[in-house]
Amino acid sequence: MSEPSSNPAPLLRVHALAFARNDEAVFGPLDFALDRGETLLVEGDNGSGKTTLLRVLAGLLPPSTGEIRCDGQAISRDAIAGRMVFLGHHPGMKSDLSPCENLAFLSGLYGTREGVSVDAALAQVDLSIYAHTPLRLLSAGQKKRAALARLTLLPGELWLLDEPYANLDRHGIELVNALISMHGARGGATLLTSHGAVRFADPNARHVRLELAA
Amino acid sequence: MATIAPARTETARAPGASAAARAFLRRELLLAWRRRNDALFPVLYAIIVAALFPFALGPEPQLLARISGGVLLVTVLLAMLPTLESMFRGDLEDGSLEQMLLAPQPLALLALARIVGYWLTTTLPLIVVAPLLALLLHLPLDVLPVLLSALLLATPLLALLGAVLAALTAGTRRSAILLALMLLPLAVPVVIFAAGAVAAAQSGLPHSAPLLWLAAALVLALVLAPLACAAALRIAIES
Repeated sequence: MSEPSSNPAPLLRVHALAFARNDEAVFGPLDFALDRGETLLVEGDNGSGKTTLLRVLAGLLPPSTGEIRCDGQAISRDAIAGRMVFLGHHPGMKSDLSPCENLAFLSGLYGTREGVSVDAALAQVDLSIYAHTPLRLLSAGQKKRAALARLTLLPGELWLLDEPYANLDRHGIELVNALISMHGARGGATLLTSHGAVRFADPNARHVRLELAA
Repeated sequence: MATIAPARTETARAPGASAAARAFLRRELLLAWRRRNDALFPVLYAIIVAALFPFALGPEPQLLARISGGVLLVTVLLAMLPTLESMFRGDLEDGSLEQMLLAPQPLALLALARIVGYWLTTTLPLIVVAPLLALLLHLPLDVLPVLLSALLLATPLLALLGAVLAALTAGTRRSAILLALMLLPLAVPVVIFAAGAVAAAQSGLPHSAPLLWLAAALVLALVLAPLACAAALRIAIES
């Protein structure tokens, strides 16, 4: 386990974070910290605010109260841009383009991890033979794998993964776990949500569980 | 053991803004090529609308020639309307907009790339068939260059205005009619100047002033519209 004391401020610290929509509390207030090499599993039932929490952390939604600090500094769009890879419910890819073309576009915006090519990223998620097939012809699980390929390809030390196990088969679930532990081993941090139906089992990662009440 | 340094340096390798804009434009053109049949619809629509006028008004060349400039501009505007609505809708629905927002790139620049892509793939075909429409409406041939210049200035301006409204209405339902109701009043000055230039050229009067006004408005919109688009898209993603 890497020693985080070399940098006193954790990668992500959340203090009294709450979000309300139309004066109705969606989640919070929450306090937690996520450091490099760690994996934080957010569990909760459907409608407990997992997705909203992730969108707030990504900066897509402004929090109602509380603060988010990244490396000890109050989060801002410029500070977080490019340091984070967000995987939402939607693939974030164009269905008329192939996985290869979609990933090439994303790497045009985000850059790529050193030494990783689009082909290598697709090979890692077992999608090489469909690299040039339009996304709309792929199954839901294959689309998910195409979206997961961006985790390997794009730089970014903080992964925000919303239900990464959805639509995946047993091998796909193992793949997600392998990607997360690989990311943790190189000093990256992962925050993922799950409704708890899939057992997240990775003995190498430090887990923090966050239970959101509905 | 894992160190912090490599993860840190990764952020420094984000591509430059111009590279990102190029990647975006490449995606737009590739998408348009995959859906190339879609580009035909506005063109066919414009041809049919322009062809209705001789039927409705009777085949009188003098009458048609007198109204042809205005009719052509309104036809092009109407043909653009249904396509504007979807400018950001697809990106919002499939999550691409989230990826655009979170990218280490200025959102306004990506919005501008989207607008340029839209203009190249949807509006340029309309300008290409404009001479055919002019022929249908008996527009004098020597006025054609003025008409094309007016279209080349007016359509990007309409695309920029429309993009701001498309971004504002991206998250709403029935946005097509809402967009039309908001855009058409804004389009009035554009149509006045563009049709005015064509009418002036037809009567042998100087026509550069309205064209220069259009050009000035286009420069202003090129600077301001992408910024407004970016702000509107941030609001759209929050809903």
